[in-house]
Formats: sequence, structure tokens, C-alpha cells
Amino acid sequence: MDRFRFVLYRPLQLLPVLLGISIITFVLIRSIPGDPARLLLGTKSTPEAIARIRAQFGLDEPLWVQYLYFLKNLFNGEMGTSILYRIDVVRLIGERIGPTLSLVLGSVILAIAIAVPLATAAARNRGSLIDHTIRIISTAGLGFPAFWLGIMLIILFSVKFDMFPVSGYGDGFADRLHHMVLPCLTVALALSAVLTRNLRASMIAELSSDHATAARARGLPEGMVFWRHVLPNSLVPTINLLAVNIGWLIGGTVVVETVFSLPGMGQLLVRGIFTRDYMVVQGVAMAFACAAVLINFLADILTAAADPRVKI
Amino acid sequence: MSAPLLDIRDLSIEAHKDGERLGIVERVSFSVATGEILGLVGESGSGKTVTCRALMRLLPTRSLRISGGKIEFAGRNLVTASEAEMRHIRGARIGMIFQNPASHLDPVMRIGRQIGESLVLHLQMSPREAKAQTIELLRQVGIPDPQRRADDFPHQFSGGMRQRAMIALALACSPELLIADEPTTALDVTVQAQILRLLVELRDKRGLSIILITHDLGVVAQTCDSVAVMYAGRICEKGPKRDVLAEPLHPYTSRLIACQPSASAEAGLLPSIPGQPPSPSAWPSGCRFHPRCERAIGLCRSSAPELVTVRSNHVAACHVTAPARLADEAA
Repeated sequence: MDRFRFVLYRPLQLLPVLLGISIITFVLIRSIPGDPARLLLGTKSTPEAIARIRAQFGLDEPLWVQYLYFLKNLFNGEMGTSILYRIDVVRLIGERIGPTLSLVLGSVILAIAIAVPLATAAARNRGSLIDHTIRIISTAGLGFPAFWLGIMLIILFSVKFDMFPVSGYGDGFADRLHHMVLPCLTVALALSAVLTRNLRASMIAELSSDHATAARARGLPEGMVFWRHVLPNSLVPTINLLAVNIGWLIGGTVVVETVFSLPGMGQLLVRGIFTRDYMVVQGVAMAFACAAVLINFLADILTAAADPRVKI
Repeated sequence: MSAPLLDIRDLSIEAHKDGERLGIVERVSFSVATGEILGLVGESGSGKTVTCRALMRLLPTRSLRISGGKIEFAGRNLVTASEAEMRHIRGARIGMIFQNPASHLDPVMRIGRQIGESLVLHLQMSPREAKAQTIELLRQVGIPDPQRRADDFPHQFSGGMRQRAMIALALACSPELLIADEPTTALDVTVQAQILRLLVELRDKRGLSIILITHDLGVVAQTCDSVAVMYAGRICEKGPKRDVLAEPLHPYTSRLIACQPSASAEAGLLPSIPGQPPSPSAWPSGCRFHPRCERAIGLCRSSAPELVTVRSNHVAACHVTAPARLADEAA
């Protein structure tokens, strides 16, 4: 009963968050110096042309009126028209969401696929050479900036070994998968470093927990104790860590999309900021905010599924 | 007389810490016959839990190891048994229950599945058979509506119910010996009595042998057949319950009995034993109880007393009381 209520009401929490985000992005993008109309027209700008564009996008209205228009549009599910691309921002985001979604999803899956075996090996051989090696690798993974790591991966796997394409998104499912490997790996390496350290710590705590001792006292072999009792229990805190890191992950996609020339939302956002394309920046920021809130919501559901003691 | 089910001889356990070796348990001997309930009594840190972990071969190998002696269980020496052999003994032939059932049950696995796990592992039952047997076990330990409760998680059980579930779990494969490590310490008094009654009942029905670790002599008086008292890693007295409780020989046992609160006693401060139990890094010389003993003589400081048999099966290690009693018996 409670769980149903949670699933119904929790998305309502989105509203105040979105309202806050809308104000912040609205004000921030407009406080950057530069006029979108002037930037759009470049050297050919005449005062009349600028005024025409400003009127067309409502930029000549007072700020609060512009904000109210923005809110009104939001309630109608619209986010205005891009000044640069001259098309609807919702449609623009719809076109760009694919690469970003596959980047985030692919990175998370890849990061988990890297972190679980590494953390397992480290925790079960605590203090050994394996453990130290894994710790050094994961510390290094934390230290490498994504843009550098991405370029290094390109040099190694694309230029030297010609295994993966240098950049772009590709056509068709298989080709896209092929194109997404390096970008996902770039994000996943850093993310898996955080996950490995966290997971190793909770596995070590669970390995010496009372219920693991009790399981051994029932004659369960060490492997069974680990997979059936230690692992399920140590995943719970890691799910939450993943949810907390999702903001960082979304920020990371901006850099990685740029490095690999992926036509995603991060790239859209960056170009939007440079061209002062107010509507695009607002739209993408709202979409990212929604995604962050929804992912945390999902993580809460997952945590409750993994740990029956959690009340949501 | 047939050989006892469990016979521990001169078991010693060492701790390794910063290259130093500390004797945690020294030359402990006791035996448990089939259907016997032995109370293992002592303060925290006296080595009772470590002794029982050792007999399950569940000592944390990094820090503790068995340094001598033997543990004979059903004719097999568990000290030299292989890990594979031990896995067929743990859970299948020796069961164990713990002080805090809340933390010793896996919080994210349903009670029924935890019990079924042992049945599938040791008795090669099919999941369907295991499920039916699990419900039967829960019924036997007195859990109402076992069909439904088997699907509960541990946090949905009360403290007493959790300990009952823990007992069902330990007895799933009908072991011959049950080690109960302070099974009632975390429970309130009425529930405590129920759990102890359940243990005695299981002994009567199944001929189960039980080692009951406790620091509560009241529990011993209610349930045990015999007692072994441990102090600072050594056994200082052991014998049939009636003899030890009625005529304690070791001054430590006497003091423990004197410390028991009784309903008839006049209100006031409970008596206590002055001083602190010693730690393994600073065991006192000679008899380890001498700094806290009011009857200590010079000899107690310099030499450790051996266990002396004063009456059939009743032994004590004391330089003062044991010879005196022997003289009395002789007279």
C-alpha cells in the first residue's frame, strides 16, 4: 500500500525542483554578457535586423514577462524555439536524447561490469597483491580527467589498433554500439573507480558480519557465503552511491560528447551556451534536472527492492 | 561407558598481534556426552566463545589459531580435519546459535529460504521438499502460522521469534551437537525462559547434546546437567551442576554464585567481585584469579594450580580449597 503511494506521489516532488531549476537557469544564462541576436547575425547585423530578431523571440520584453512566458510554455509542454536552429526545442532535444541516453546507460552498465568483479577480487583477497593492484588502479582511475582519458583511448584503440571509430554516432544498431564503446568506456572507467572502492569496503564489512559467520557455521562453502549473503547485502549502499553520482555522470557526458563528437544533449547544451541560445540552454537544463530526479526516484525503488528493511 | 560425543583435551588457542603471541585459551579440557547439556560459564573475555568457535574451526585465521590439544567429535579429531571435512560437520552435525539473532540472520533473505539453504546443501533436498521441511521445522520450534512466517524477512520477527528461527536453522539437518552462544542474553526474561525450555525439550526429544555458553548461573541451574567455569582462558572448575552450584570449590565460582541476585535477598547493592577480569596481554602470574581472590596465599602468585579431582567428576584448580576438601573427604 505504502509503496503504491510512494510511486504515485514521489514524482510530484519534481515540481518544486523544476521550478527552482527553471529560475536558476533562466537567470544564469541571461546574466552572461552577449546578445543572441547579435551573435546570430554576426558581422551583418544592423540595428533593425537585431530588433526584429529580438521581437521575434520576445527578448524585448521585461525579464519577468519573459520568465512568465517560459513558465506558461512549460505548462503546455513547450520550451520555445531555438534561436540558432529555428526549430522547436522539444523536438531538438528529442533528436539529441538518443546518444546521451545510450552514453549514460552504457557507462553505468559497463561501470558495474567492471566494478563488481574488481571489488570482489579485492575484498576476497584483502591485503594481497591483487587488492593493492586494484586499489592503485582505481585511485588512478579517479585522478584521470575524462577529456584526457577519452583522447588517450582514441589514440590507443582507434589510431593505433583501429578497433573503434574515432568519433561520431554511426548508423544502425550495431554500428552505433561500435561507436559507443569508447565514449562509454571513458565515463565508465572513472565511475567504476568510485564504485569499486565503495563496493570493496562494504564487501569487507559484510564478509566479517555476524550473518556471514552464521552462514559459515551452517557449513556453507566460502563461495556460497559470498554470492548468496555477502554480495546482496553489500550492493545496497552502492546503489545509493550510483544515484548520488548521477549528477556528476550527466556533467561528464558534456565533456565526453564533445571529445567524441557525439550529437547528444551535452553538445547541444555547450553550443547553446556559446551562441546564447537561451531556449535551448533552458530546455536541456530542465531535461537534465528531470533525469536526475527520476534516477534518484528509481534508485529508491531499487534500494527498497534490494533491502526489505528500507521503508519508502 | 561409551566414549563421549565431544571430547576436548588440552585445547590451547593463541592470538598473533604485532608479532607477539598471546595465549587466549590454555589447556582447556571438557567433554559432552550424548544428550548432555553442558554450561560453559565465565565473564566476558574468559575464552568461552573463542573455545566454541575453535571447535567449529571458525576462528579468524589472521589473528587466532589453535596451538595445541585435540577436539575429538564422534571419533574424529577436528583440529586436524580438512576444510572440506569441516564443511560436512558444520551445520550438518554441529549446529550453532548466537547471542544476537538479529545480526546473525541475513537481513535481506527470507527466513524460509535461509533454512532451506542448509537442507538443500547438506541433505540434498529438492527445493520443494526443503520448503515443506522448513515449515515443519518452524512449527517444531514454536513459530505460529509457519506457512506464512517462512516468507517473512528477519526484521519482521520479534526477538524471541528470531531466536526460534535461528534454532530451527541450526537444527535443520538434525545435528548431534548444538552450541548455544549466550542464546538468551539479548532476550527479555519471559522469552528467555521459553527459549531455554525449548532447548531442554529438544534435548529430551532428539537426544541432542548442547553446549550452553552463558554468564548467568541462573540459566545453568535451570537447564544444565554439568558446568565448566572458565576464568582468564583456563577452566578453574567443572563438574555436575548440582555439585558445583551447591558446593563450589574454586573461590571464583563461589563469588559468582554469591553475585547472583535472588528474589528473597534484602534490597541493597548486589555483591560483586572486586577488580577487573584480566586481559590476555597482562595475565597475572600463577593462578590468574589471585589478584582478585581473598583467599590467595603466596603459592598462588608463583605457580598455576592444576585441576584436582575432589569427588567423582568434580574438579577444581585451587591451591587452597582443593587440598582442604580432599583432606575433608579423606577424613
